[in-house]
Amino acid sequence: MSITVRYFASLRETLGRAEETLAPDGIHSVIEVWQAVAAGRPLPQGLLCAINLEYAEPGAPVRDGDEVAFFPPVTGG
Amino acid sequence: MPIALRPDPFEPYAELLEYQAGQPRLSGQYGATCAFVGTMRDFNEGDTVRAMTLEHYPGMTENQLGHILDEARRRWTFLDALVIHRVGDILPGQPIVLVAVWSAHRNAAFEACRYLMEELKHRAPFWKKETLAEGARWVERNTEG
Repeated sequence: MSITVRYFASLRETLGRAEETLAPDGIHSVIEVWQAVAAGRPLPQGLLCAINLEYAEPGAPVRDGDEVAFFPPVTGG
Repeated sequence: MPIALRPDPFEPYAELLEYQAGQPRLSGQYGATCAFVGTMRDFNEGDTVRAMTLEHYPGMTENQLGHILDEARRRWTFLDALVIHRVGDILPGQPIVLVAVWSAHRNAAFEACRYLMEELKHRAPFWKKETLAEGARWVERNTEG
């Protein structure tokens, strides 16, 4: 199993990838997912997080098999 | 209460009439219809905008719109609502979003329609990328009302 991490909009372009998977070992929260994929850099101000298609706070728990997403403020409508 | 994401241009007023005609339970029941149509401008922040691309998060977008509709249902009494939103490449003058609410009386239609649109702007995971003469840029935040 693994954790799927997805990126959208300007963050996707900045990182140069839309998606990746992580081994779940040692990862317990959204912020730990971010630290794992961003080499320990802090979560950028204003970046939004989701777990399994629902908004989540950085401290929210993450489990094996979850889909975690990071994206900038939304601008639809 | 349908939610639709459209990759192709749509005509909101035709959609409104077509949907309404296909809902026999609405017939004779509504005294108010409130519809909001958002259309792409050819300018933003002082620049000419030639085109736009709307990215979204498939699955989460539908989920969030569903939550917003459920919340509106709890706050106001209305008969039905319709939300259609474009995704993909859009040109100036093309509609981006249609939100419509049918209710017995005007207040619920006005209030619920405004609520649906404002919550959509703040919670539905859509992102706009504008094409200018000088290149492309992401829209970083919503404009105030």
